[in-house]
Amino acid sequence: MTTVKKLWMVIGILVILSPLGFIIPALFGAGGAWGEWSLEEIKKLTGYVPQGMEKLSRLWSSPLQNYAMPGQREGLVHGSLGYIIAALAGVALAAGIAYLLARILGRREERKND
Amino acid sequence: MHIPDGYLGPATYGAMFGVMIPIWTAASWKLNKTLKTRQAPYLALGAAFTFVIMMFNIPVLGGTTGHAAGTTIIAVLLGPWAATIAVSVALIIQALLFGDGGITTIGANCFNMAAAGAFSGYGIYRLIALRAEAKSKRRWIAAAIAAYVSLNVSALLAAFQLGIQPILEKAPDGRPLYAPFPLGVTVPAMALAHLLLFGFVEAGITALVVKYFQKNDPDMLSRS
Repeated sequence: MTTVKKLWMVIGILVILSPLGFIIPALFGAGGAWGEWSLEEIKKLTGYVPQGMEKLSRLWSSPLQNYAMPGQREGLVHGSLGYIIAALAGVALAAGIAYLLARILGRREERKND
Repeated sequence: MHIPDGYLGPATYGAMFGVMIPIWTAASWKLNKTLKTRQAPYLALGAAFTFVIMMFNIPVLGGTTGHAAGTTIIAVLLGPWAATIAVSVALIIQALLFGDGGITTIGANCFNMAAAGAFSGYGIYRLIALRAEAKSKRRWIAAAIAAYVSLNVSALLAAFQLGIQPILEKAPDGRPLYAPFPLGVTVPAMALAHLLLFGFVEAGITALVVKYFQKNDPDMLSRS
């Protein structure tokens, strides 16, 4: 098996294991990352929502917010399934776009080279 | 450290786009000169890897989480320009599709985690590895140290950008318009968790991947 194929298997395993990144923080009762609070959390922390923040935060709503499917049910099982689907979609998109960029931007290999 | 929309004011996020656009342009140009078509599968792997590794949130004391980024290992294998592109691709997808990081902050997040992460990681790696043999112990140790420092550079930059908001942009009543915490809060909060935990996770992952290449495909390490 080539290195590239083996590494794709590693990515596949990481995708399957990815719900750990959702379950373990949930078990510890940890929220999101520091400095990535929602407006409600900001209000709890500071007592108010900064005006500019409120305006800018409404600028964009992502279709799969927090790596979850739209209308996904609560709980670890549904969360994990949504997380795996999000991981699959993200990995496929990231790889696809990067591959295209490399093909477009990368210089064609000269034939006489090795 | 994916800064969401609303945390940085226009002065900061505008400036960060202003910094990143020339870097992206230069990276595209450099890729054109250096990346061979046969490396396209590796750039794809790199973008996929950084996307999925950032999904592994690790809880820390204080009820928050963090994660590794994988920027340094991509820079070690493909060079810092290719790493900047691969990580930027993942970050832009995270922002647009998954709400992880804002749209207005794409420039800042790509600067912190992609460009600054890749160049600090790559620079330190080269500085320590020097001309050591591809299969030498020195290589993976160099990569691990570089990864540790690089992730902390990214975190510190994000903390700095967040911490200067209360100074830069205020509402007429004097309250901050955007991220409300001063540098004295943001820097220790971000630095501590990354210095004590996430940096080591990043170093461990990087060392593992370098060792894998030393065993299976050492040419990848002598090329860069």
